[in-house]
Amino acid sequence: MLTESASAHHAHDHHHEEAGATKVFGFWLYLMTDCVLFATLFAGFAVLHDQFAGGVTGRDIFDLKDVGIETAFLLFSSVTYGFAMLSAHRGSKPAVLAWLAITFLFGAGFIGMEIREFSSLIAEGHGPDKSAFLSAFFTLVGTHGGHVTFGLIWMATLMFQMTVLGKPLNAVYISRLACLSLFWHFLDIVWICVFTVVYLMGVL
Amino acid sequence: MLGKLNWSSIPFDNPIELGAVAFMGLVVLAVLAVVTKAKAWGYLWTEWLTSVDHKKIGVMYIVVAFVMLLRGFADAIMMRSQLALAGPGHKGYLPPEHYDQIFSAHGTIMIFFVAMTFVIGLMNIATPLQIGARDVAFPFLNSVSFWLTAVSVGLINLSLALGAFARNGWLEYPPLSGIQFSPDVGVDYWIWSLQISGIGTLLTGVNFFVTILKMRAPGMTFFRMPVFVWTILCTSVLIMAAFPVLTVTLTMLSLDRYLGFHFFTNELGGNQMMYVNLIWVWGHPEVYILILPAFGVFSEVTSTYSQKRLFGYTSMVWATIAITVLSFIVWLHHFFTMGSGANVNAFFGIATMIIAVPTGVKIFNWLFTIYGGRVTFQTPMLWTVGFMVTFSIGGMTGVMLAVPGIDFVLHNSLFLIAHFHNVIIGGAVFGYLAGVTYWFPKVFGFKLDEKWGKRAFWFWLTGFYFAFMPLYVLGFLGATRRMQHYDNPAYTPWMHIALFGAVLIMCGIICQLVQIVVSIRHRAELADVTGDPWHGRTLEWAVSSPPPFYNFATIPEVDSAEPLWTAKNRGEIIFHTRDNYQPIHMPKNTAAGLFIGIFAGVMGFALIWSIFWLAAIGLLGIMFTLIIKTCNDDIDYYVQPDEVARIQNAHYARIDALASEKHYAD
Repeated sequence: MLTESASAHHAHDHHHEEAGATKVFGFWLYLMTDCVLFATLFAGFAVLHDQFAGGVTGRDIFDLKDVGIETAFLLFSSVTYGFAMLSAHRGSKPAVLAWLAITFLFGAGFIGMEIREFSSLIAEGHGPDKSAFLSAFFTLVGTHGGHVTFGLIWMATLMFQMTVLGKPLNAVYISRLACLSLFWHFLDIVWICVFTVVYLMGVL
Repeated sequence: MLGKLNWSSIPFDNPIELGAVAFMGLVVLAVLAVVTKAKAWGYLWTEWLTSVDHKKIGVMYIVVAFVMLLRGFADAIMMRSQLALAGPGHKGYLPPEHYDQIFSAHGTIMIFFVAMTFVIGLMNIATPLQIGARDVAFPFLNSVSFWLTAVSVGLINLSLALGAFARNGWLEYPPLSGIQFSPDVGVDYWIWSLQISGIGTLLTGVNFFVTILKMRAPGMTFFRMPVFVWTILCTSVLIMAAFPVLTVTLTMLSLDRYLGFHFFTNELGGNQMMYVNLIWVWGHPEVYILILPAFGVFSEVTSTYSQKRLFGYTSMVWATIAITVLSFIVWLHHFFTMGSGANVNAFFGIATMIIAVPTGVKIFNWLFTIYGGRVTFQTPMLWTVGFMVTFSIGGMTGVMLAVPGIDFVLHNSLFLIAHFHNVIIGGAVFGYLAGVTYWFPKVFGFKLDEKWGKRAFWFWLTGFYFAFMPLYVLGFLGATRRMQHYDNPAYTPWMHIALFGAVLIMCGIICQLVQIVVSIRHRAELADVTGDPWHGRTLEWAVSSPPPFYNFATIPEVDSAEPLWTAKNRGEIIFHTRDNYQPIHMPKNTAAGLFIGIFAGVMGFALIWSIFWLAAIGLLGIMFTLIIKTCNDDIDYYVQPDEVARIQNAHYARIDALASEKHYAD
């Protein structure tokens, strides 16, 4: 009886590991669809990037120093998320939570700077309704920012579940952390394209 | 507080719409009353609304598709009768403002909520059973997908009662669909019902791709998968690659309409040509999303009812893959007249014609499967033969339209309308109806009545030719599409013939409704006891009808492309009584999918009417439902071996009883 229930328990755990791998694969596919979504936004930006309608151009409104700091925030957050995953595979929940908290702060810093950039642009009269270029700019960069915000909410939820609800660092949670990790690194890659295509090429 | 919503939103001045609303309201009330009287709410809740079982979700999809077919067909018969009545000196009974809404709603409903819904319903029902799996990879996500589709259906029907629907055709080209020229909520109804159901479809694509890649029974290599599964795999790829483009395009249009952006406007640098390109970058693969699963159904049906292995399995698979790839490089043939230049038009024209090659390969494969087979002409086979003739005609007119020079003459004429109805009805819809008839006994445990099925087929087929062949002629005569009436007396006789065809199709639909009633009444005689009513070849026919909720008591080992057929020929019984079943791991039902759907519906409704506080509540509702769902670890359970043995033995006992009855009769 004892051995039977133990083996059933083992089968259950094994099932969750397998389900975790399937989940990560499915999430990876979802990211590929997200990649198509961003590709479409980039295509839209490419078509409209010189439709200034007599208004401001990228050179007039982009501040590369601020964008550089934003980029640094996001890249460092990817590194710190990497440490969170290493700790997760070591099985150290406190280390995971600490690294997640640091990642969250970097991510929040990025979003804070983006909101500041957007609001100052709108305040100066360069809102998305002023030209097709600005529409495409706000939509592309804003969609990326929206994704990062969603990632932050997701991260906060995972931290809430593992601290307040005391969920263990088991196969289920490791696969969830792995999905968010994929998401987070993916957003980094998208940002590098945004940085290059929108900001650098806009200023050069 | 209520955004744009007020009493004048209700169309009191339009008796036809008001009548439709009253009728639909009565139907809904009647259904609610019947459910309440039968005290079936608990059953409905636990067995259907909260179910994550792929078979039940598939059935719900197909029920929605049938109901929406009625709605879409009501639009069609109104248009046909309007055009038959209106002519020189007569304006008919539908004012242009209403007629425009009808053709826009007809197209939107038929593509998104009939055809797509049928496709996803069939893939839900058949795919896991055909690959020997117990469910899809993400059962909860599957339920979310369904409910997102269901609330979108609700939203689009709500446009009858509150406000108006869009007036600019099923793809709502800007700048006409921009806020400047369409200031009311019509376009917003269109945007949000498509946006919400589109997200559901995208999730379905991911779900079925993972299911097919990760959950096939041991031994089922890629080239042992049934062709239907292959077509679903390719459809999933198309969904994943195409639907994000739709999401973005709709978002851009919403930003233009709601926040004054300039993606597609006339002024400040907007570019309408970008909209047309983007919508067809999604739209053309979408056509193949609709047709590939139908091709899969025909492959299963031809082989089963010819009692013969599918001719050219490998070429069938490669043809499917070729179509999948080519479908992404032909979108521009929808707007040759835009003027992209002779070279660009030539490229897309030639790419379009090349698609006819793999499609032709398929037609010949089906023909050679029938050749020399022991063919029984049951209803699914009739749909298949009707398809092969009709679809070939539609394909040829398609190749005609692929020649840019011809397209310049026929663009936006009724010739085009005839062509795409020719391939969508004669290709996709016939396939879905064949599939429904084919898998009906698997799902419900009894077959559909043959007599009424055949009547439905003949009415549909002849009705189709009467309804759409005149439109080819009218196209050549110069009739353009989307007109509420024509002042040319030469068109009138053809319009009358087309109306006659639509009436015949209506008779076909009535026969289908009768067929369902008759089949339910005669379910005892039509019962499928063995689970294999057609002498089938693939795994879904190896389990009972309806299958147990866990599908397979033991996961089968597969050693050929037609595992059941091979096993039957070897004299094996694949599944037999045994007493050492293993516990089966199953997901628990959940209401979270339903709640996410409801909140998405609330959000969509609020956005349509610009009630932004309510939209925020909808969005927060979705997020909190998801968070609460992920906090719950109690999402699965084990079916114990004695329970499995009880269900399986009951099935085997029924087969034995039938066998001894037959023996006695002999």
